[in-house]
Amino acid sequence: MTATLTAPVAEPASETQQITKVSIIISKGSLDGIYPGLIMANGARMEGMEANVFFTFFGLEAVLKGKNENIKVATVGNPAMHMPTMIGGLPGMSALATKMMMKKMEELDIPPVAEFVQMLADSGAKLYGCHLAVQMFDLKREDFIDDLVDIITVGDFYHMAGGGPIIFT
Amino acid sequence: MPTMTLLDRTLDVDAEGFLQKPEQWTEEIATEIAAQNGIPVLTADHWKVVRFMREKYLSTGAAPSIRTLGKESGVDTKGLYQLFPKGPAKLAAKVGGIPKPKGCI
Repeated sequence: MTATLTAPVAEPASETQQITKVSIIISKGSLDGIYPGLIMANGARMEGMEANVFFTFFGLEAVLKGKNENIKVATVGNPAMHMPTMIGGLPGMSALATKMMMKKMEELDIPPVAEFVQMLADSGAKLYGCHLAVQMFDLKREDFIDDLVDIITVGDFYHMAGGGPIIFT
Repeated sequence: MPTMTLLDRTLDVDAEGFLQKPEQWTEEIATEIAAQNGIPVLTADHWKVVRFMREKYLSTGAAPSIRTLGKESGVDTKGLYQLFPKGPAKLAAKVGGIPKPKGCI
């Protein structure tokens, strides 16, 4: 015997669901490739959301001891720099552009990458390295900052991201 | 502008309950707002952060960033998140009776 439904099966339209957790992938190793992910992760923590950050490929530079104090802006192959490739490729160009950008960031109270990563870890964001990328670059746990929680696989990352959006940068 | 009544006072607030006129704030109101936002007791460290936030806003016209808060308020980043798990800058501003911080960091 079939039951008669007296109420609609679908859930009533509820208010927009709040995000309570975000997982961010940082895959690039230039200044402009790393900052967006750091800023978004920090913004999530500031709103009281859980934040995971997965560093992969050249993004690993952001969590490599020592190296993360030396991140540069890419001045070649970036049309938004409005700089001819030949000029952007001149020695010192990347360092100069980095210096100018860091000055502006300091004015806006945005910390340099190493300090920013530290601040994120202190804020309770969880930082992870990508297992495959670590193997590819022949890196070891000791090469990374102490605050890196773990080196994990893509599968681990997906499980960890459950319940919130994944943002690739 | 919406208003909210706390301790028999009418306060101008935004949709999220941030005071729009810092001069309407008192310490009793701060304690009340804190209690409503998951902080039953304001400890000395809470007060340190709340006062720093409020004073910075009143003297510069803008709420300090989380970086400045961690460096200058007297409580470090880890401590800030222990005191205000739901977001230190936002909550300290709310308790301190200043408008919601506008910055991204």
